[in-house]
Amino acid sequence: MAAELFFKSIEELGALLEAKQLSATELMRTVIARRQAVDGRVKAFNSSDDADALAQAAASDARRAAGQARGPLEGIPVGLKDVIAVAGQPLTASSKMLANFVSPYDATVTVNLKKAGAIVWGRLNCDEFAMGSSTENSAFGPTANPWDLARVPGGSSGGSAAALAAGEVCATLGSDTGGSIRQPAALCGVVGLKPTYGLVSRYGLAAFASSLDQIGPLTRTVADAALMLGAIAGHDPHDSTSFKAEIPDYRAELKKRQGPWRLGIPKEYFGAGLDPAVGAAVEQAIAFYRAQGCTIKEVSLPHTQFCLDTYYIIATAEASSNLARYDGIRYGHRAKGAKDGVDLYAQSRAEGFGPEVKRRIILGTYVLSSGYYDAYYLRAQKVRTLIRQDFLKAYHEVDALLTPTSPMPAFRLGEKSDPLALYLCDIYTIGVNLAGLPALSLPCGFTPAGLPIGLQLIGQPFREADLLAMAHTYEQAHDWHTKHPSL
Amino acid sequence: MPAAPDLNLDHVAKLARLALTPAEKAQFASQLGDVLHHIEQLAKVDVTGIEPTAHAFPVVNVWADDVAQPGLSVEAALRNAPAQREHMILVPKVVE
Repeated sequence: MAAELFFKSIEELGALLEAKQLSATELMRTVIARRQAVDGRVKAFNSSDDADALAQAAASDARRAAGQARGPLEGIPVGLKDVIAVAGQPLTASSKMLANFVSPYDATVTVNLKKAGAIVWGRLNCDEFAMGSSTENSAFGPTANPWDLARVPGGSSGGSAAALAAGEVCATLGSDTGGSIRQPAALCGVVGLKPTYGLVSRYGLAAFASSLDQIGPLTRTVADAALMLGAIAGHDPHDSTSFKAEIPDYRAELKKRQGPWRLGIPKEYFGAGLDPAVGAAVEQAIAFYRAQGCTIKEVSLPHTQFCLDTYYIIATAEASSNLARYDGIRYGHRAKGAKDGVDLYAQSRAEGFGPEVKRRIILGTYVLSSGYYDAYYLRAQKVRTLIRQDFLKAYHEVDALLTPTSPMPAFRLGEKSDPLALYLCDIYTIGVNLAGLPALSLPCGFTPAGLPIGLQLIGQPFREADLLAMAHTYEQAHDWHTKHPSL
Repeated sequence: MPAAPDLNLDHVAKLARLALTPAEKAQFASQLGDVLHHIEQLAKVDVTGIEPTAHAFPVVNVWADDVAQPGLSVEAALRNAPAQREHMILVPKVVE
């Protein structure tokens, strides 16, 4: 049986729209109906403006009828993590602090998606201010994993991954500071791409850790990720860390780049703590690439054991600074009955932020405070240099690195109540953010219990085209991406 | 690195302008103690002569032409203000 309409890829839907066998309005109505049918159980959406989406769909149909279709995303509903600004729509960051906030402007990625014809729809749940690995830290309640509703979808972009896996939207955007696109993509059985730092503008993204944050797509297929990246990537004068990189036609490059590649297997990513089913699935993927003629080489990233600590110093330091803006004065939650200005800040923040955000603000403030700055923050920045050098040295010998995305498949809601245990979920993804590299997670199998497993490919800076081609080669020979949860 | 993490939660919470309840203080002291204990291992890394990395791909001297651009209207800019009057944000009195 052919896949349900709501499980089709952007490419398949684009062909139907192009052939006028489907209208954007019909597609939008299908997706809205699917959301109404399943989101009571999945809880991936914080909110959605269906009337606005249908108006965008009607405008898309009118453009196509007039021969003015904009691009490969014309008429495709794309959902956004609730940390990315859409003018006139709520942006909560899944926090009580921004429960009533309405974005005054579009993020650059939102502008770019609309320019490519996409219907920007839905505010997707996440960990509060993108801080977490399970979407349990949302002030609006956790999202469930569509493959097993008793389990987490991963995080922090858990709503983006779950909504896609559940067929509630055709593609989504997430943000990735330490694995927040790739880990939920792995746990929900979809493709997730974290671009090179600076390739995609951060303008209009609620800041968590500015030197690590990147926006990227979650999609059903690698080709769809190529289409989405092509739409959102590019230099933006509104983001002073935006890089002037050349943007190829990523979709066209998939066919031009056939390998064989030299793939590095970092031995530190296959140690204790790796779930046996995950390890076995990744070994199978390595065997596939070897059979394709790729050179497989064991490499070492000797500072891997220090990534977690380095990350939690740098990310919390930057977060404590970024979140200082939430003071109850200009926007966001304001406490009542404060006795003076400083008390207003402290009370508004106490009422507006949830426990994990408070913990990270405290840790970040501590590592930046007088007497501890050199010992923690400055030292972490130096270790960051060594971590980055590890990757760049490995790229003298190999084109990309191949690892598991997450050490374990989706765990049960409430299973990891200890913050440190949750932090350890990110051990295979955070090094990439510290080094600013592009990386992609794609489905590579299922556990015996039927939970998706993700394979991570880590590429060289600004060489997303190679990374996507490597992933596409694997995907063409496997059918994991054609399997969907039954809801 | 300090020999043992001596996290003074009252002091740090004051710096962060974050009011914590006694229960939060007790919980955070324990949880952050575990995290800081884990972080202690960074002291083992030899960072002699290593430059710090603030950004993986630093872009410096980003200039923009000094030309007026369209911006938000006053109404749009104040739409999310918790309290306002006559195009200004109301705040508690700061001068006696």
